Amino acid sequence: MPLARKDLLDLDDFSSEEIRLLLETTAAMTEILSRPIRRVPTLRGKTIVNMFYEASTRTRSSFELAAKNLSADLVNVSASQSSVEKGESLIDTMRTLQALGADMIVMRHWEAGAPYLAASWLEASVINAGDGWHAHPSQALLDLYTVQERRGSIEGLKLVIVGDILHSRVARSNLWGFGTMGAHVVLCGPPTLVTPDIVDIAENVPWVTISYDLDEAIADADVVMMLRLQRERMASGLLPSLREYAIRFGLNHRRMQRARPNALIMHPGPMNQGVELTPELAYGEQAVIEEQVTNGVAVRMAIFYLLAGTAERLA
Amino acid sequence: MATPGKVLLQAEEIRRALLRIAHEIVEHNRGAENIVLVGIQARGAPLARRLAGSIEALENAVVPVGRLDITLYRDDLEREHFRPNVRETQIPVDLTEKHVILVDDVLYTGRTIRAAMDAVMDYGRPRTIQLAVLIDRGHRELPIRADYVGKNVPTSRAEEIELHLLETDGKDEIILAPTSEENA
Repeated sequence: MPLARKDLLDLDDFSSEEIRLLLETTAAMTEILSRPIRRVPTLRGKTIVNMFYEASTRTRSSFELAAKNLSADLVNVSASQSSVEKGESLIDTMRTLQALGADMIVMRHWEAGAPYLAASWLEASVINAGDGWHAHPSQALLDLYTVQERRGSIEGLKLVIVGDILHSRVARSNLWGFGTMGAHVVLCGPPTLVTPDIVDIAENVPWVTISYDLDEAIADADVVMMLRLQRERMASGLLPSLREYAIRFGLNHRRMQRARPNALIMHPGPMNQGVELTPELAYGEQAVIEEQVTNGVAVRMAIFYLLAGTAERLA
Repeated sequence: MATPGKVLLQAEEIRRALLRIAHEIVEHNRGAENIVLVGIQARGAPLARRLAGSIEALENAVVPVGRLDITLYRDDLEREHFRPNVRETQIPVDLTEKHVILVDDVLYTGRTIRAAMDAVMDYGRPRTIQLAVLIDRGHRELPIRADYVGKNVPTSRAEEIELHLLETDGKDEIILAPTSEENA
């Protein structure tokens, strides 16, 4: 079964078969990354544009490496150096990139929904590399792949996502991805960051529950995913202090003992050391944080490959 | 369900053809030293394992066996042939200075072999690349030939060769059939 889609915008409408195909293709791409020459000619002649309206190091370079490993031509555009500064509209910028020959556009935007708007206007494939607080599907896929590699299957696992749920597109996309693959998802954070609209999700989605107490939430967890705490949140009054947050929602050795013995520790990066988790845990045996980064390249190669194949088919 | 069409090779003939190819490989390479067999996924992989078994028995040596998926090297991503399923590639040794024997079931247009040669080059610089196939059915589109052939079978493009192997299909048999569209 091929992927019958032009775009990758979020995982909320993906079937388990589609996610499985993406994860299987990722496994094949991982083999390429282990070779002396990490390059295959698959997307020769295709042009991929990285269009980033928001700062990013790991996601942008991960997509960049993925495109190069598949021999695509890559153009990097950051909004601060583009016509966006001159007031060009999103759609005009996208149409210009398409007219220049872009086959796929990887887009990060501070506004939720921006990639959906672009996708509806363009024939080119649009890949959402993060839109506002809304979605970050390639991150969710790499998290799924990392857990599946370590555990063999996602089915029946308990995933606890901890921290700033409110502002996290990583949490929102993982919620759908892990749930579709049969995991139970607990969203855990202070009430100011687990707001009523998130509680609303938990009430309507059968595999999601909410907790305001990390000690309770982490019991028997198979995977603990710590979200990055953005320091701006202190200034806006959502949190009293970094210290208090670290005490109540930081991951340490004592808390980790409540989880299952071989539970995995994940973090989408960049980390605030000593806030979200202690350095011993971040570099310890249970952490898979570096694997997440490595797997990210393979996942993005799989996304490019499957979308390129189906775009030809749908045309 | 019986497959309509003519049986080209039966189990015993397949066994003999592979044994002959194993002898030819040993003869041509003056032994089994520095030989690596690489089967092209899907059906070349079990054939490579069988050939390696024969060569090991003949020469009392260990022959490394790999398998190669060439999906990402194809030149027809643009066409309707797009195949989403990328299978496993596993090359157990560095191929530099080795005699790499590519193994496939059927040699047809030569495009698969072209792609396989590109893939092999990405794993090192072999001393030679040789090609062993069970069936050569003609209709080449590229200047490629096999070094070891089980059976040459003149075919028309409208026909299809169906290969059944013990490992994947429960029995060894090669059948020449009219295209599936005509069957339907």
